[in-house]
Amino acid sequence: MLYSQLSSRICVPSAVSLQPRTTWTSSNFSNEKSGMTGHCTSVPRNANMEKLRSGYLFPEISRHELEHNQKCPHARLIRLGIGDTTEPIPDIITSAMAEHAHALSTVQGYRGYGAEQGNMALRRAIAETFYRDLGVKENEIFVSDGAQCDISRLQMLLGSNVSVAVQDPSYPAYIDSSVIVGQAGKFQEETGKYENIVYMKCGPENNFFPDLSSTSRTDIIFFCSPNNPTGYAASRQQLKQLVEFAKANGSIIIFDSAYSTYISDESPRSIFEIPGAKEVAIEVSSFSKFAGFTGVRLGWTVVPEDLMYANGFPVMKDYDRIVCTCFNGASSVAQAGGLACLSEEGYRALSGVVDYYRGNAEIIVDTFSSLGLKVNGGRNAPYVWVRFPGYSSWDIFREILDKTHIVTVPGRGFGPGGEEYIRVSAFGHRECILEASRRLKNLYK
Amino acid sequence: MSLTPHLSTPISSSSSAFLAYSNFNSRTKNVSLPAKRFGICKCVTAAPQEAQTAYKTTVSRNANMAKLQAGYLFPEISRRRAAHLLKYPDAQVISLGIGDTTEPIPEVITSAMEKRSRALSTLEGYSGYGAEQGEKVLRAAIASTFYRDLGIEEDDIFVSDGAKCDLSRLQVVFGANVTIAVQDPSYPVYVDSSVIMGQTGLFQKDDQKFEGIEYMKCTPENGFFPDLSSVSRTDIIFFCSPNNPTGAAATREQLTQLVKFAKDNGSIIVYDSAYAMYASEDLPHSIFEIPGAKEVAIETSSFSKYAGFTGVRLGWTAVPKQLLFSDGSPVAKDFNRIVCTCFNGASNIAQAGGLACLSPEGLKAMHEVIGFYKENTDIIVETFNSLGFNVYGGKNAPYVWVHFPGRSSWDVFSEILEKTHVVTTPGSGFGPAGEGFIRVSAFGHRSNVLEACKRFKQLYK
Repeated sequence: MLYSQLSSRICVPSAVSLQPRTTWTSSNFSNEKSGMTGHCTSVPRNANMEKLRSGYLFPEISRHELEHNQKCPHARLIRLGIGDTTEPIPDIITSAMAEHAHALSTVQGYRGYGAEQGNMALRRAIAETFYRDLGVKENEIFVSDGAQCDISRLQMLLGSNVSVAVQDPSYPAYIDSSVIVGQAGKFQEETGKYENIVYMKCGPENNFFPDLSSTSRTDIIFFCSPNNPTGYAASRQQLKQLVEFAKANGSIIIFDSAYSTYISDESPRSIFEIPGAKEVAIEVSSFSKFAGFTGVRLGWTVVPEDLMYANGFPVMKDYDRIVCTCFNGASSVAQAGGLACLSEEGYRALSGVVDYYRGNAEIIVDTFSSLGLKVNGGRNAPYVWVRFPGYSSWDIFREILDKTHIVTVPGRGFGPGGEEYIRVSAFGHRECILEASRRLKNLYK
Repeated sequence: MSLTPHLSTPISSSSSAFLAYSNFNSRTKNVSLPAKRFGICKCVTAAPQEAQTAYKTTVSRNANMAKLQAGYLFPEISRRRAAHLLKYPDAQVISLGIGDTTEPIPEVITSAMEKRSRALSTLEGYSGYGAEQGEKVLRAAIASTFYRDLGIEEDDIFVSDGAKCDLSRLQVVFGANVTIAVQDPSYPVYVDSSVIMGQTGLFQKDDQKFEGIEYMKCTPENGFFPDLSSVSRTDIIFFCSPNNPTGAAATREQLTQLVKFAKDNGSIIVYDSAYAMYASEDLPHSIFEIPGAKEVAIETSSFSKYAGFTGVRLGWTAVPKQLLFSDGSPVAKDFNRIVCTCFNGASNIAQAGGLACLSPEGLKAMHEVIGFYKENTDIIVETFNSLGFNVYGGKNAPYVWVHFPGRSSWDVFSEILEKTHVVTTPGSGFGPAGEGFIRVSAFGHRSNVLEACKRFKQLYK
């Protein structure tokens, strides 16, 4: 059953026509390992792919949604799972994209290949908007089709012979890309961890910032702040510690600042606010959650000139090579939109949308708090991280889905440190958030 | 890692000076570069000397990156072009180098993108994340337009932001422990992505090849189709037809041989069909026209050269359900996992454009633009023929492959650039068997193509 047929019953923008994700079970294929009737090539499957435990987390959540819909076709599903933006993009931005598209049909306005690193005006605007006075130059900015893609490009850059640390819990792309590239070693069932990855626990015991004194050295440290999924934004002091830690260990921090525009207090919005960070950090960011560009596809990565490998070779030079060889630039239409996002009017309009989602987050925080549950996040990020002590997060996920028809994300999907937690995302139409709040209060009263 | 030995002088003696160059903005019109002359050399690059006092991390550089000999080919061409412009600021430089489309996109297509853009600012029209594999309607349209009756279905199609990106994603699927074969010459991404993934050994200067890659020579002698009887088995075979850079389009019989070769060897063909619509009707347009191909091949394609989408970014890859690894697991399953983990879908606006491309009106418009570039190709072919050169390609592809026997292709490239202000691409950039050839691309405004041909006739009369 296609979601497009259910759109009136689902609390999502009606333009969305979701497709059932292809579920890869062996029954789809007549050529199973056990009973092959067709030709098998003699190409060995990539052993790293075998190490992945299951599908990527978010398509898995989609699968559960779909199954639930098939089971309860009359339910009004509320999707607070995948962090998918729901509010329209301000006119000033979409007009810029429409104008650019129109210009492509004219002799004067047509453009072919753009610079793989991105349109210069956009790179400059990003530098001025997000890194003013932080010493980040436009040539250190690489425009992309989004942070998820950039993370994999960074992994290709770094190769299989580097060691990696991630926060636990963390955005699954860091671990999954690490496994795919061959850095992670084998998965250990007992711990739920990959043997070569260092997991930096972030929990209530350490206020969601890792205890660096007990963290082993790795080459690369993935760090996301404001954090997905915990919502925690590291303080200036904490990020100073992190930069010192990286410097003392000769490590490179890959700092994911995709949610920085959700910060509502004085927490740093960029790692480059910390002195010395340019020698130890790469920063990845995105227009997705800032501008509703989840479908339009636009992001960027900052690789400072001063960041060097052990042999003195600049990381930026190799990243540029990856970008020129494995990529061909973000869509020119998306980039035109990005430029409009960073105009004064565009930025102001987008701040309004971010505030709207912040309002949603507040409602969700209040809802769970009023139920006596331990709530984290929601103040500096569009994610609320709720604890259900003693419970399996997948069980809670299923209970909430079955009984209230609300999709969330089980914390375990973000790493063993996510067990007992549920991530509730704050993207949605206000009325859906309010309805979700009502249903949750009813369930857990 | 050290300075590449064949350089006579490094571009700069300090890392920050090197990086201060706007080299990285290779495609912009006005780039400031020092007016240094390069001697006879291949793609130049300079590794900065170690900054003695600057802080270095203790992270090792990826050894695979160090194996690459120089920058990617096309940014290098851009650099040469920019340097030339600095030298001759009043020259009317004509670019027939990088295969960059020049003609406006037909309105039926751009208006669909306009419409989708505007819809994103409405409640009913807004959409967030799309399916990573692409919008259902577009996948269906691609399947029915290009693969009707070939048994390739909507869910075998993965929409992307272009063939170049797909090629690297395929390499990530395959991993480091596979062997590859490429045509020689070939589109440089196959070799470069292979090196980056760790599938190859070191570059061997004597024969200009990477250890571990099987190079399948394609020359006038073998009609630009490799002699498969002398090709060693590899896991993966990259094959591009119509070919970039030679313009050769394989016949049904040749592709049948190729499929049989792959089947006998248990190999996977990665078939690049980005130029298929330039081929004449009687030639195969898809590898899947060959019986049995679904068990041995993946096909990648692009809207770049059909719809002028070089900047818009849209392409696709077809991975048949029947294509299996040696353990019986489906290649499509792993490709899907990569697409979901390392990618997040092509831009929804580009996809709206793609759908319009495949409407009857859109297809008609694309055929017209393709026809226009094909006329350009005819003009270029005729020009070099009239000058007595041996000219290849140009009939089924927007590239003309001109032979300059006994000459270094970078020398010819430089000579043409210096004396006619026309940018081409030196054949050796595509592999050792490209030496002695120049690739002239047929993308350009008619007036520029005519002017370039006039200048060629002047130079080589």
